[in-house]
Amino acid sequence: MSNLRIYAKGNEMDLLTTLFQTLALTVKDVLPVLALLVFFQLMILRRPLPNWRRLTLGFIFVLIGLTLFLDGLETALFPIGKIMAKQLSTPQFVFGSSAAPPEAAWYRYAWVYVFGALIGFATTVAEPALIAVSFKAQEVSRGSLNQWGLRLAVATGVSLGIGIGTFRIVTGTPLYLYIISGYLIVMIQTILAPREIIPLAYDSGGVTTSTVTVPLVAALGLGLSETVPGRDPALDGFGLIAFASVFPIMTVLGYAQIAQWLSQRRLKAAKEE
Amino acid sequence: MKGNVDYFNHLIQHLEAFALHIVGACRDLMPIIMVILIFQLVVLRQPFPDLIQVISGLILVILGLAFFVLGLELGLFPIGEAMAEAFAGKGSLFWLLCFGFGLGFSTTIAEPALIAVTKEAAVVAAQGKFINSDQASMASYALGLRITVALSVGVAIVVGLIRILKGWPVQFLIIGGYIVVMIMTFFAPKEIVGIAYDSGGVTTSTVTVPLVTALGVGLASAIRGRNPLVDGFGLIAFASLLPLIFVMAYGMVMFH
Repeated sequence: MSNLRIYAKGNEMDLLTTLFQTLALTVKDVLPVLALLVFFQLMILRRPLPNWRRLTLGFIFVLIGLTLFLDGLETALFPIGKIMAKQLSTPQFVFGSSAAPPEAAWYRYAWVYVFGALIGFATTVAEPALIAVSFKAQEVSRGSLNQWGLRLAVATGVSLGIGIGTFRIVTGTPLYLYIISGYLIVMIQTILAPREIIPLAYDSGGVTTSTVTVPLVAALGLGLSETVPGRDPALDGFGLIAFASVFPIMTVLGYAQIAQWLSQRRLKAAKEE
Repeated sequence: MKGNVDYFNHLIQHLEAFALHIVGACRDLMPIIMVILIFQLVVLRQPFPDLIQVISGLILVILGLAFFVLGLELGLFPIGEAMAEAFAGKGSLFWLLCFGFGLGFSTTIAEPALIAVTKEAAVVAAQGKFINSDQASMASYALGLRITVALSVGVAIVVGLIRILKGWPVQFLIIGGYIVVMIMTFFAPKEIVGIAYDSGGVTTSTVTVPLVTALGVGLASAIRGRNPLVDGFGLIAFASLLPLIFVMAYGMVMFH
């Protein structure tokens, strides 16, 4: 219980100071990109970008947005999410005793899988990078790809991935077996899925694991591998992010396959009439 | 006078857009709030610690997301597309590829998530007695890993851009890459495999993704005969695949 108090001591002054600190950090992270953009603009392209005032304003909005976003996550969501991830795997919660038995049945950790799956889904829906890509996809496909359909498909994938990934940590089965089977399924789906979705599906694997998902998921993996008897954080703590990158590819391809199948069936039904 | 009215209308438009983004942000965050609320109150049955702090944090998150999406539409997307068009218009393939490499490398080398993962990886390697466990060799191992990942992302963007220019189908390259990953998995030291698999995920940050996406889509739109949907996407996919191969190779070289 005592660690619940650690982050509860901030006041308004601290809030402002941390906001400025986060802003400085965000600017520092973005500086290389900014330098690159300015360098190529001035030295190589040597032509002013159209509407450069608007673009600058947009860039500033992105910086402000990321700062507030990260700071808010850090004060509101990450501490409580991380503590939860830890509490759900403590022997106290799992076995109702202060020490875990040397061998633990995998189903005792059912709440961990449920939490992992739900938190994976929820953080993915809020992931800014995914919002960006799905927005662009809807725009480029002129609306034939719905951005919410895409986002929900990706979130379902992450959810499955984290659910199975936490199961892997508890059982201690080798990571590569899961990931390689995942790749095999993706390969088969790639042959069968509509061509237009393939690049987007592959992209969705990379965008899911970003600002919101990684810290919570990494805490979940590390917490689990520390508390489950017989697991080594160094060997078993990694890998959840890999699950969260492979499974969305499957669900996005699956989403497109189902959409195609439904529209073909509708077409067939219309023809028969 | 007219300028003022225009300016005013403009402002109203922006405010309306921002209000819509706030609503959108609330909707995007609803799932997280629900999951945490339900688990805290129903499953763990714990009281909510310092509610004011949590709520003020949530307000920041919502405002932040709204600003980010607004900035995305005003700034990041148009910048990426305008740069792609400018390179295509100038016909300077060499500089486009340099830009792509620079974008991949520079955004990755400073990525906080990557720095954290490589530090952790150095600890694991030292525990496994693959490297000496003194500060200096751990730091140099972590830095080497970081440079490896940043290089791989730079190369990935270059490969992805060449693919768009040539119109190659993305699946052959990616599946070929997967096969390489599978083969390497069997030869790479066990300690590096988990980190390699994770490194693919941590490279693509929130600022990079929109810029890179817009670059790809802008390039595919600017070249005749390319479809922005089929050819424009896929850059991120390369940026998540190549680090796996590079990191496993790094592990194989370092540990032998």
